[in-house]
Amino acid sequence: MLRDKYQEEIDEILSRYPVRRSALIPLLYLAQREHGYITEASMTEIASLLKLTPPQVYETATFYTMLNLKQVGKFHIQVCKSLMCALVGSDTVVAWIKSKLGIGPGETTADGVFTLTLVECLAACGTGPMMQINDDYYECLTEDKFDRIVADLTATGSSALKSGPFMWPEPLAMKSERPIG
Amino acid sequence: MGQHEPILLKNMSHPGYTGSLADYERTGGYQAVKKVMGKVSPAEVTQLVIKSGLRGRGGAGFPTGVKWGFLPKDYQGLRYLCCNADESEPGTFKDRQLIERDPHQILEGIVLACYAIAAETAYIYIRGEFVLGARILEKAIGEARRAGYIGKNILGTGVTVDIWVHRGAGAYICGEETALLESLEGKRGLPRVKPPFPATHGLYNKPTVVNNVETLANLPHIINRGPEWFAAIGSPPKSTGTRIFCVSGHVKRPGNYEVPMGITFRELIYEHAGGMRSEKPLKAFIPGGASAPFLTPDHLDVKMDFESVAAAGSMLGSGGVTVMEEGTSMVWAALRLMEFFYHESCGKCSPCREGSSWLVQTMRRIVNKRGRAQDLETLTDLCKNIAGRTVCAFGDAEVAPIMSTLKHWRPEYIALIHEAEAANLLRPQPVGARG
Repeated sequence: MLRDKYQEEIDEILSRYPVRRSALIPLLYLAQREHGYITEASMTEIASLLKLTPPQVYETATFYTMLNLKQVGKFHIQVCKSLMCALVGSDTVVAWIKSKLGIGPGETTADGVFTLTLVECLAACGTGPMMQINDDYYECLTEDKFDRIVADLTATGSSALKSGPFMWPEPLAMKSERPIG
Repeated sequence: MGQHEPILLKNMSHPGYTGSLADYERTGGYQAVKKVMGKVSPAEVTQLVIKSGLRGRGGAGFPTGVKWGFLPKDYQGLRYLCCNADESEPGTFKDRQLIERDPHQILEGIVLACYAIAAETAYIYIRGEFVLGARILEKAIGEARRAGYIGKNILGTGVTVDIWVHRGAGAYICGEETALLESLEGKRGLPRVKPPFPATHGLYNKPTVVNNVETLANLPHIINRGPEWFAAIGSPPKSTGTRIFCVSGHVKRPGNYEVPMGITFRELIYEHAGGMRSEKPLKAFIPGGASAPFLTPDHLDVKMDFESVAAAGSMLGSGGVTVMEEGTSMVWAALRLMEFFYHESCGKCSPCREGSSWLVQTMRRIVNKRGRAQDLETLTDLCKNIAGRTVCAFGDAEVAPIMSTLKHWRPEYIALIHEAEAANLLRPQPVGARG
């Protein structure tokens, strides 16, 4: 039960909103963090927490692509396939994943480590091709960079190649006093 | 046009600027809050913003101060401000930079807007994928709260503004302001029928203003330096200030460039973004995010302000400029965007829900060289029956790529269909199928 483990966090979330239902997506995220995806049991529990019916919770949960109603791999790779990334090679990234990890869109590796999902625009159009893995963005992908990310994740569970606070073009490349116009 | 310093990207352009409260204060941060709280009335703040000519930076370009003025004057109950940080228009990535590099600039703008509209609670609706951005904002809110810029009794003036970060969960439509409100209420993000507008019936049915991140980030500067200063920048009187244009696609230096409105696309693409990445010349560009109709090299000297781009048959939209080089198939490009819209259609209105599916299928058929002569008529007919027939502007947006590529590059569609027809003649036919 989420309530037993996260009572304090749940109370904090509820305190942000004058109407309970607003806490629905934050609580679904909590459930997803706990189990890796949103289980039916957690939806039922959230319904009772928010005084909603289970279908009301399900109705919202099924609308949003980031809420997983099925188990995904330990690392959920989401490659942006929208036009801006496609112009600079996102289809190639998908091909690397197919040849290196052996999975296509919607598939998970046999060991349950990687899942690939093709997604629409993640607002990183100037730094494509890009992908998001779990919470992190990886941008300006090259084959070599992709290999290193996969090796890092497999070995240590994280990679230093993930994006930090975003600025593009990079600040150092910009002469700070350069006038605009 | 004079020389202009960046305004919104100025702090972060300095090496070593971390976006912390201390850094922000060192560059004059929260001076605008100190300047107005308890000294200038909310109505006067609204008047200053109207005078500055500031228009919404999210896409529609509605005058910000005027939008605030729509809130009922005599209403005594709760009011809300929502900061639209759902940045999801393909081609746009400016808000992410503002959020992750200078969060206090946005928070100060939110406090000022809340003061002007007498809202005590603001929600920052940030797209779910911006996990880092949400963390940075939450940290900044904590800093500002401890320093007394946010919370109860701000700087001892008795004004209360609480700010909460609310993460979306992956739905483009939640950038539409009424869908955003539905989503914030824990529902599916389906746009509401307007009227009533959020100004009177918004979040929890209370008067609400929804403003984009970049719009809000401009407010401290307008307060500090005066509306006349702001109104003189850009392309007055209708397009004042700077815009952060996001350049993507086949250019040498893609990225965010803050420039006064009214420079030409040629200046942005060839000077700021370094021109084309290879020898191949520019074939097409999208001037304002995926919802904006494609333009051609003939439009490179169009001025980048709301009116000029509209006169050229497109829109400045969210400021996302996507450049495509010679050799890019325009039919393929339109299909890619159509796939986006098909995926993101919320499903509320039948013309959009059914039409987007039909458009994708027809476009795929043409791109895969299985098209038929009558497909072009089908596309046009579908587009005409979607645009203007939906609750929100999504319907108009989704037909823009197809309608504009059909207008400017019709021969490419026809060539693909001819190829399909030629291949069809060679394909073995079932016995008795012909004649």
